[in-house]
Amino acid sequence: MSTEKVKFGRSKVFFDPFERRPGPIKTNMHYCPGCGHGILHKLIAEAIEYYGIQENTVFIAPVGCAVFAYYYFNCGSISVPHGRAPAVGTGASRATPEKYVISYQGDGDLAAIGFNEFIQAANRGERMSVFFVNNSNYGMTGGQMAPTTLPNQVTMTSPYGRNVETDGYPVKVCELVNALEAPVYIERVALTGTANIIKARKAVFKAIENLRDRKGFSLVEALSPCPVNLKMTAEQVNEFIDTKMTKYFPLGMLRDRSAETPAGKVPEAPVRDPEDVKQLLFTAKEGSGEGPATVNNSEIFNEERRIRVSGFGGQGILSLGHTLADMARLRHFNVSWMPSYGPEQRGGSASCAVILSRKAIPSPLVDSCDLLIAMTRAALDKFGYQLKDDGILIYDTSAMEKPAVKPGQKVFGLDALAIANRIGNAKCANSAVLGALAAILGKFALTPEDAADYRKVFTEAITESFRKKPQVVEQNIAAFNAGCDEMSSQLV
Amino acid sequence: MQYNQRLLLKGNEAAVYGALLAGCDCFFGYPITPASEVAHTAARLFPKLKRTFIQAESEIGAINMVIGAVASGRRAMTGSSGLGISLKQEGVSYLAAYEMPAVIIDVTRGGPGLGNIGPEQADYFQLVKGGGHGSYHCLVLTPNSVQEMCDFTVKAFDLAEKYRMPAYVMADGVIGQMMESVQLPDPRPYTYDPEWKMGRIVDGKANYITSIYMEYDDLEALNRRLQAKYREIERAEQCAEEFMTEDAELVIAAYGICSRIAKGAVSELRAQGIKAGLIRPQMVFPFPTNSFEKLLSNGKAKVVMSLEMSAGQMIEDVKLALNCKLPVELFNRMGGNVPSCAEVCEAAKRIYKEYVK
Ligand SMILES: Cc1ncc(C[n+]2csc(CCOP(=O)(O)OP(=O)(O)O)c2C)c(N)n1
Ligand code: SF4
Repeated sequence: MSTEKVKFGRSKVFFDPFERRPGPIKTNMHYCPGCGHGILHKLIAEAIEYYGIQENTVFIAPVGCAVFAYYYFNCGSISVPHGRAPAVGTGASRATPEKYVISYQGDGDLAAIGFNEFIQAANRGERMSVFFVNNSNYGMTGGQMAPTTLPNQVTMTSPYGRNVETDGYPVKVCELVNALEAPVYIERVALTGTANIIKARKAVFKAIENLRDRKGFSLVEALSPCPVNLKMTAEQVNEFIDTKMTKYFPLGMLRDRSAETPAGKVPEAPVRDPEDVKQLLFTAKEGSGEGPATVNNSEIFNEERRIRVSGFGGQGILSLGHTLADMARLRHFNVSWMPSYGPEQRGGSASCAVILSRKAIPSPLVDSCDLLIAMTRAALDKFGYQLKDDGILIYDTSAMEKPAVKPGQKVFGLDALAIANRIGNAKCANSAVLGALAAILGKFALTPEDAADYRKVFTEAITESFRKKPQVVEQNIAAFNAGCDEMSSQLV
Repeated sequence: MQYNQRLLLKGNEAAVYGALLAGCDCFFGYPITPASEVAHTAARLFPKLKRTFIQAESEIGAINMVIGAVASGRRAMTGSSGLGISLKQEGVSYLAAYEMPAVIIDVTRGGPGLGNIGPEQADYFQLVKGGGHGSYHCLVLTPNSVQEMCDFTVKAFDLAEKYRMPAYVMADGVIGQMMESVQLPDPRPYTYDPEWKMGRIVDGKANYITSIYMEYDDLEALNRRLQAKYREIERAEQCAEEFMTEDAELVIAAYGICSRIAKGAVSELRAQGIKAGLIRPQMVFPFPTNSFEKLLSNGKAKVVMSLEMSAGQMIEDVKLALNCKLPVELFNRMGGNVPSCAEVCEAAKRIYKEYVK
């Protein structure tokens, strides 16, 4: 099979001449005489033309001898990193669903370095057709062993023949893909002799037809002659494929679900209109908060205030801190919220730090705090040292006895979970703690006006968080009130 | 209609909002702490706007999906941390060679190896100096607040498109994980349709994209063009905050979370009578050499202290910018430790004593 034959009867999908090919030769392809790549190119080009998809076809060229496929195909093309064509194809196919994506790959590209990208795209059922050239070696780099090299086959890196004990057996790609649910069409063909090429043509056409009909993932594996690296004549290499390779890689269709697969729809266009984007990303302003002019002037916040909330995962530690931070946001404080993340979370502990300030906050990390909320004994043991000498400690009475504190420190206990359970929603325990805090701050730190605003901003924050669940808002407000009442009764 | 655009967000979340508001169509990612909320938020919000989110099979898969989407003429991004970024380097080198824009969020963590998930700034070399093969650079923006996570992501798209090259937003575990209030900008009208996208028909021929140049002269020409672009970026796009540097005798250089701590330390040192200042690179490629040259021309500075959460990576660029005309000392923490303000002040005083008085 000489390259002259490829030129003959040229599809309109091919450039004429191949002007993107550098150098003086513009009339034929760069492949070696007798190479299968040229034949497969021709079949694909004919199919693209036949199904009328040239304008929207994206041809992804691999690293391998076919790296220069874009010299020949007059359709959108890109030469991509070794093995990554199905991932690039995924990006193209998802980003531009109106396009028809072809991933063209050799056996090193697909079955070695890029096997993960390939098999994952197949498993996702990406809308693409993969043409897989199995020539039993790495062509471009000079005939090294490929995953498809046959047992005992001699290559540059298996000079004593492929040893299945150390190199494993050849990878049967079609059979592996056939184990997956998503692929629509899987067939193995050979590019040897007229009869086989006619069958190959049918398979290529089927894969391109599926592409046109948006039918998901198709795979055509083509056993392909590489006479140069196999150091054989054209006749010898065809015989090698027909007698030896096909024994290991039997030809034929492994799956065709094209008929029962419905034609895929083009997904809806992305939302890009600015007004529509705003509507989907943001919430409407009315009904939440006092608007940007609302500030809180309480004197205790003239200084930066640091709060540590700690306990174990599932107690809502992070969200308690979050509500506090949100309240601060609504009053236009500078605020930071910093969780402990990762291993610290393991073993169930959870903590976060909240800083409120009227000035810029240098670091969100907290090593000393004005308020420590400790919901477990372990949390108190871990963070107790951080409490400032005049700090406030709130602890969970169900978790520990009243802890001893330094003379200037204030300590208050609350069974927040019990309060929340009484209200009928255990998840409201945080709000009971915040209610207790309202009572404490109201007694020791806030003017009556500021105390009223604290209650108000809590309501705003909770209403905003549970906008769509008015019942939850009410339960949280009830928990807040109950926490506040219970703490007030302790404080008299 | 009026909307609440002032939200309390994590840095990781704010970056995704910024991307959506900048008109990004596709997100491809792979989970990794401390960057996971980037993927979580993208998984939630991209489909809400009927845009594309895919959890890729790996960081290699993700960056190559970005290549596919960008080549198709769409804005696309990915996000990861340290070791995941290491895996993306092959793809980033291709993006540089293709001259295609893309945005990559790196919420850095401790290394080398698996390291840990604590905050470090040890990805500086791989982001700023190339990281992959070939003579290329990426734009590297270094936010130090949640607001900047959003704003710099928007800017990263702008610069990446202006110069047709990949842009990193390099945050650290603290900036990514912390929450602050953010004023989100309005979404941009969408007009993106790059003339170079693959498949666009020009004179009857479909555009192609490649990074292989068999003729040595052709590849050299590409490299010369890239270098000219990088020099132009160094001329036009430097970006740094200078804080009390005019009369400073000791200047701290710091970016990301370190720069916030440094700023606190500068105020503290000033209160103690030490003339300290801060240069905070908001981008580290291009490196803000002008800010450092200014120190030389105004002649007040006696020493520069590079404050880093790495073994000292940015310090090399600080020294280059100063052309060895001022001493440069390192103060660093590693392994996930964040320097405290007290530590920084103490180190600064020690250095001040040695070089100033
Ligand atoms: C990351 C990477 N590793 C190695 C190479 C070198 N390389 C170029 S082509 C190739 C093998 C291609 O073989 P195959 O996929 O079988 O395609 P063929 O050339 O046989 O058509 C290799 C290993 C590369 N380009 N990139
Ligand atoms: S080396 Fe083999 S696969 Fe490559 S062009 Fe030559 S014959 Fe074809």
